[in-house]
Amino acid sequence: MEWEVVIGLETHTQLKTNTKIFSGASIKYGAEPNTQADEVSIALPGVLPVLNKQAVECAIKFGLAINAEIAPRSVFSRKNYFYPDLPKGYQISQFELPVVGKGAVTIQVPANGKNAAYEKVINITRAHLEEDAGKSLHGAVEGMSGIDLNRAGTPLLEIVTEPDMRSAAEAVAYAKKLHELVQWIDICDGNMQEGSFRCDVNVSVRPKGQEKFGTRREIKNLNSFKFMTQAIEYETRWQIETLEDGGTIQQATVLFNPDTGETRAMRSKEEANDYRYFPDPDLLPLEVTAADKARVQATMPELPQAMKTRFEADYGLSAYDAAALTASRDIADFFTATVNAGAEAKPVANWVMGAVSAKLNAEDRTIHDSPIAPAQLAQLLKRVADNTISNNAAKQVFEIMWISDKSSAESDVDAIIAAKGLKQESDSGAIEAIIDEVLVANQAMVEEFKAGKEKAFNALIGQAMKASKGKANPAQVNEILKKKLTAN
Amino acid sequence: MALNITDIKRIAHLARLEISEQEANQTLTKLTGILGLIEQMQAVDTTGITPMSHSQDVVQRLREDIVTKTNQREEFQANAPVLGNGSTEKATDNGLYLVPKVIE
Repeated sequence: MEWEVVIGLETHTQLKTNTKIFSGASIKYGAEPNTQADEVSIALPGVLPVLNKQAVECAIKFGLAINAEIAPRSVFSRKNYFYPDLPKGYQISQFELPVVGKGAVTIQVPANGKNAAYEKVINITRAHLEEDAGKSLHGAVEGMSGIDLNRAGTPLLEIVTEPDMRSAAEAVAYAKKLHELVQWIDICDGNMQEGSFRCDVNVSVRPKGQEKFGTRREIKNLNSFKFMTQAIEYETRWQIETLEDGGTIQQATVLFNPDTGETRAMRSKEEANDYRYFPDPDLLPLEVTAADKARVQATMPELPQAMKTRFEADYGLSAYDAAALTASRDIADFFTATVNAGAEAKPVANWVMGAVSAKLNAEDRTIHDSPIAPAQLAQLLKRVADNTISNNAAKQVFEIMWISDKSSAESDVDAIIAAKGLKQESDSGAIEAIIDEVLVANQAMVEEFKAGKEKAFNALIGQAMKASKGKANPAQVNEILKKKLTAN
Repeated sequence: MALNITDIKRIAHLARLEISEQEANQTLTKLTGILGLIEQMQAVDTTGITPMSHSQDVVQRLREDIVTKTNQREEFQANAPVLGNGSTEKATDNGLYLVPKVIE
């Protein structure tokens, strides 16, 4: 039987605020245990939550970015359960009326084997504001668990999709797109190691063609794209094998073990899913007016999709190039800064996606800490455009700049060209003289060319370049040589 | 909706409340009375009325995102429960609150 996998994601993004969602305690990562756990975080009796304006604005930004309905009035609810890292006995979340409603994200699924790359729209069901729980640490004291409530109350936006994805590749493409988007609009730092962006993945399988969904299992807390792929692939295989062996799937929450590459059901908590949500009487309804939306809209950067369209229209870039350059805000900013510094867009696009990204990948760095600044790259490309240096020489200059301090005089493009003697010969008289010598010295090749051997032409070019020690402008050499050979 | 004694025990368990048979029966009577009141209210025609999520018809005021809380760990942990089992020591360790081991 042919099976189809159905995937939906719930992503917890930690919002970029200074303070907690309901109190003025810092959310800075890495502080000593409980030094950022104020009376609200530890739930002392009598304390009241006061909603953080910045967290609300982050949610509005996200709603605008995915073209979603933003609720004029949304409500905070209590999700009741007992766990030591949740001292109130309930998590404040949103249930019936979330701040962000239906929206959509367009993903690019990369080519894979015989499958070509394609785009797909993933529908967003909702996004709601909620507070994070604390952390439980085990093993420090025998028979006890340690509780750190620094993270309790950290603002989260939980983003929920429709079950629209049909492969691990689509799920990962969505997660990556969302990861870039929340950083692009600056509502989340995207740091997956520190848990700022965590995904829960719902996976079910059904016979291909069947309309009814299968029973789903939820893989909790995936914080790397690699693990996400492995976990979904393992879980899908496991579900298909279970069904083919005549078994059934029980709805469950599962954890992925990166060491074994397997998923395993968590001890099913008795009645765990009866959260008895009800509106939190400590919080009034959240109102978002048209004026609030307009104010936030004014702070929004150009979105990747709009920027992509503009790059295609303004710079004549291909859809592929424009998509690659808008894959992250850092890349887009680097490209734009280089073009604004006076370089032509197409060569900049080629260099950013070629030499620059190859170097960054090889050294496992991001463009944000590229050793070459946009102004330097622009200067380099201007020297190619005005024929001062050849493309080959530009690559040499690039290599030197890459390993020099970008603020030092040694990293100056013109200084490197002068120091290394890379200036190309563009004086046509000088080039003609070189070519004349080459023609005299290589009569045999000239004869071959005249006899119809096209290859001899390239050989002569090679000789001329060699004679000029690689400094002759190749385009001019080509042109002058052609003229001389056909004139004879 | 009629409640029975099993519902009462389940609700108590979810709220981690230990109740005796007698208390369970008393609670059943009280809750059934409250549900009766709600049934009466539900008979009122509320067509066209927006449900309220709060008794006051006002909206949430927002707080500026500025750190106003300082570290008060020592004061808070001075009020932490004691370890128990004969020990009068506070159930804290290197800044952490200690609880019976959480098994996952």
